Amino acid sequence: MTQVLDFEKPIVEIQKKIDELKKMSEESGMDLNSQIEDFEKQAQDYKKELYSKLKPSQKLQIARHPERPKFLDYVDLICEDFIELHGDREGMDDRAIIGGLAKLDGKPVMIIGIQKGKNTKENLEYNFGMPQPQGYRKALRLFKHANKFNMPIVTIIDTPGAYPGIKAEETGQGAAIAMNLREMSKLNVPIVSIITGEGCSGGALGLAVADRVMMLEHAYYTVISPEGCASILWRDASRFADAAEALKITSKDLLEFNIIDEEIKEPLGGAHCDYNETASNMKSAIVNALKELSKKSPETLKNERYNKFRAMGRFVEG
Amino acid sequence: MTIQEWFDKRKEAQIERRARDMKGIEIETPELWTKCVHCGAQMLKTDLEENMFVCPHCDYHFRINATERIKQLFDESSFEEMFKNVLPTDPLNFVDTEPYAERLKKAHAKTGLDEAVITGIGKIEGHKIAAAVMDFDYMGGSMGSVVGEKVTRIMEEALKQKLPMLAVTSSGGARMQESALSLMQMAKTSCAAGRLDEAGILYINLLTEPTFGGITASFGTLGDIIIAEQGARIGFAGRRVIEQTIRQKLPEDFQTAEYLLKFGQVDIVSKRKNLRKTLANILDMHGV
Repeated sequence: MTQVLDFEKPIVEIQKKIDELKKMSEESGMDLNSQIEDFEKQAQDYKKELYSKLKPSQKLQIARHPERPKFLDYVDLICEDFIELHGDREGMDDRAIIGGLAKLDGKPVMIIGIQKGKNTKENLEYNFGMPQPQGYRKALRLFKHANKFNMPIVTIIDTPGAYPGIKAEETGQGAAIAMNLREMSKLNVPIVSIITGEGCSGGALGLAVADRVMMLEHAYYTVISPEGCASILWRDASRFADAAEALKITSKDLLEFNIIDEEIKEPLGGAHCDYNETASNMKSAIVNALKELSKKSPETLKNERYNKFRAMGRFVEG
Repeated sequence: MTIQEWFDKRKEAQIERRARDMKGIEIETPELWTKCVHCGAQMLKTDLEENMFVCPHCDYHFRINATERIKQLFDESSFEEMFKNVLPTDPLNFVDTEPYAERLKKAHAKTGLDEAVITGIGKIEGHKIAAAVMDFDYMGGSMGSVVGEKVTRIMEEALKQKLPMLAVTSSGGARMQESALSLMQMAKTSCAAGRLDEAGILYINLLTEPTFGGITASFGTLGDIIIAEQGARIGFAGRRVIEQTIRQKLPEDFQTAEYLLKFGQVDIVSKRKNLRKTLANILDMHGV
């Protein structure tokens, strides 16, 4: 049974009615098909309306839905022959960032993503999708491998942020992210990044200095979590819905600010309602982008990547 | 010891003596006096200023603003500001308990600055260098579009003129009021630092109280040499966030310059009075 979000309750109510009618029709032998169809259409229309007008705080709930597909689900559904490559070669294999070689549409790619769990046990293993510096360094090692062997890079991002811990600070969490930002700008191969769920702060950006940055329809991408922002600016974390609104975290907002290049549609109700449809939408977006990018020379790729991020920001010149 | 050094030392001793004598004493002209926030010693404001805003009694380094920092590091009137015309706007129409536009006005009124960084070219003991100097007093030194743009422009200028580059950081991190636009300044400035790196241009970071979040996670730690000022607090996540996450008490000296040195995260921890000389020596040894 899928977890129902509070704003989805009216849909559940209509569904219950439909089920009752169906049962009644069966038991009594009455022909209620036209009523049932009517209700089903109503439910469908209501759903379409609801999901096209979600508030940022409602998108947050979908983006964080425990059953939302995770990185390894996408690897399964999008790629063939995944070979995981482990470790930073300096003493750690951070499980929050997973990467390796795979075939995508028949061609080899380096695919790297931030992995979250679906239950407590998995979440402990993947540290709730909060990478350590060693995770970013493992990713960098894999970026360089891809660069050396001329393979495109795909990154899949879903994180509440880089891990805030003692060891993370002692081993340079900030510096590890910074190094990825810098080194990604120098890579000669095409890079496609997709924010699939939570795209929180530097922890997300650390894998997203890409030629094409895409977002799933209900994912969010922000400088700070709405809760964190609310607790600092409003001095009250419970004002997170206001912060989510103010921070302009949705794919529509970010398209408008030219921060992302493309929005990838989700099935009605969100990615968790249909893994296959979500993955198939994602796959065609990635394949199309790579097709286009692979025609460009390394110099063109690097220059265009630089200029894309160079142009970001809004200011006036006095 | 040169005569100048002897005079300096004598002056320092004088200031220290005065501070020690005044500890805990009622004073009649309070407007001329200040108190060390660390050890509580009373001292003349002019004495503190003469001592580079370092407590003569306990060596506590007071946080200083960008203008004072430039005065201390660069040869007299050698620093020429650039890109002052890049000004902030309110792209998200952001309102929390106060509109962002109001906060910008207040920050300007408080500091006289147009943004949280001053960029330009100056000389350190004769060595010409491009620099970005951040100011914590302007909205916590936070990086929004303007800080990112000015830092990128001065790096591109360093690349064009083949000058070494210095970034003096003092910032709470990315500016929330510009949200993802602020986040992208991390990418933008890091890409620019990448071009300096590829061109073999010396880039030095000077991390000062405090340097956090989006700054340590971007241009703030990408230098070839990282210097931290004595006592500065430097980190990615804030102390409170870490405490709440791991639910345990942190070491007293956690995230200080000295702590980071111990863990290999910075090259040098320097007292304020030695910074200028250290920078000049480094520039000298790189032949720039």
